[in-house]
Amino acid sequence: MWNELFLIPFLTGLCLAVLLPVLGCYLRLREEWLAALAYSHVAAAGALLALVGGLPPALGGVAAAGLAGVSKPLFSRRLSGGASYALLLLGGWAVAVLLAANQPMAERLGHALFDGQLYFSAGEQLVWVGGAMLVALLILYRLSSNLLLAHVYPDFFRARGFPAWPVRSGFDLLAALVLALATMNLGVMGAFALIFIPPWLAFRRGRNWRSGLGMALLIGVLAFVCAFLVALGLDQPFGPVLALLLIVIGLVIA
Amino acid sequence: MIPLLSAVGVVAGWQQPATRPVDFTLAEGEIVGLTGPNGVGKSTLLAAFAGRATVFSGRIEQRPGLRLALQTQDVPPVDGLPLCGRELLALTGASPTGLPPWLAERLDLRLDRLSGGQRHYLALWAILQAPGDLVLLDEPTNNLDAAGVAHLTAHLRERAVAGTGIVVVSHDAAFVEAVCDRVVVLEPRDVE
Repeated sequence: MWNELFLIPFLTGLCLAVLLPVLGCYLRLREEWLAALAYSHVAAAGALLALVGGLPPALGGVAAAGLAGVSKPLFSRRLSGGASYALLLLGGWAVAVLLAANQPMAERLGHALFDGQLYFSAGEQLVWVGGAMLVALLILYRLSSNLLLAHVYPDFFRARGFPAWPVRSGFDLLAALVLALATMNLGVMGAFALIFIPPWLAFRRGRNWRSGLGMALLIGVLAFVCAFLVALGLDQPFGPVLALLLIVIGLVIA
Repeated sequence: MIPLLSAVGVVAGWQQPATRPVDFTLAEGEIVGLTGPNGVGKSTLLAAFAGRATVFSGRIEQRPGLRLALQTQDVPPVDGLPLCGRELLALTGASPTGLPPWLAERLDLRLDRLSGGQRHYLALWAILQAPGDLVLLDEPTNNLDAAGVAHLTAHLRERAVAGTGIVVVSHDAAFVEAVCDRVVVLEPRDVE
């Protein structure tokens, strides 16, 4: 376990297990949890496209998800009710599967992205993910009050003339980039499990917002550590083990 | 003295005009009621004062640097949200000082664990007590019992004495009578 071969993937995943449940609480607040799945699939498709085009897959994944996050406000008015996320999800999935079916290189990476490839994380990924975690948590801390205020009192928020773009576009971009990084390291469903289940439980059981964030973070980290050890010990793919563990925790707590 | 808010010949609406031309002024420390039959455009005019609804003609002027607080009839969406009363007040910068005892002791409970009336009063308090020069209230006595209305009346008078201008839209004639310095009655638009 303490061998560098496992320690670096463990630390990389741990950073994401801290960040994703917190980000998930704000996505759930905005009733945009489906965005996590959408951005993950777009990131996977972008990574495969980049691979086929001879570019670094991580760059392609981050660029595709970032583009989706930035351009979302442009079409969200016409695609209300979560339709934009559903279309992104389906589009990302379709492109990824078609690429994997027609390109041998893309097939391997596609499997890794959809199974969860945490054990292949290297030092470079740890640096990126660790840095992203610190920056993203800082941004969420700064945006938190405005995100809550814009949800609870949208009219008060507008009447006071608070700047709306960091709350709307800034948060969308942040979510997309974090999801892209998470997908590259945990896989599509591993990232989704961490961003959906801990916040879902925190919203049901949290006594207040602060304790809800703490609860989501704690559940995410505990589930990640257990899943890592179980998957390693039983030589199983990480993503499905994490998802099953979180489902069990979810059913017990809920 | 420059009024906090003035409107001259304002016709407000959303997709189309919904009010007759209205003249209106509000001074510091004044409470003005807006009344009239249903559909006359009271809430729409309030929304126009807050910059939300469209002004089709006339003009609205606010004192420069005015801090505005708006309470609408929409219920804050807090069902299923782990947010307590103290956090709600902190969001708008409202102080819990002065809350009635039956609410002050429940500040650390989740909002979705409170009764409808308690939740409404706390949501209203968060707007009322937010630092501001002008407070716009749309049917603030909805869901309030007699004790709540009495406490609200007394508190609005305190805010006005401190210099805050307040516009109240309400169907509650007794409340309007008790709290407002003067009342503007809106007339229905002529049907074309």
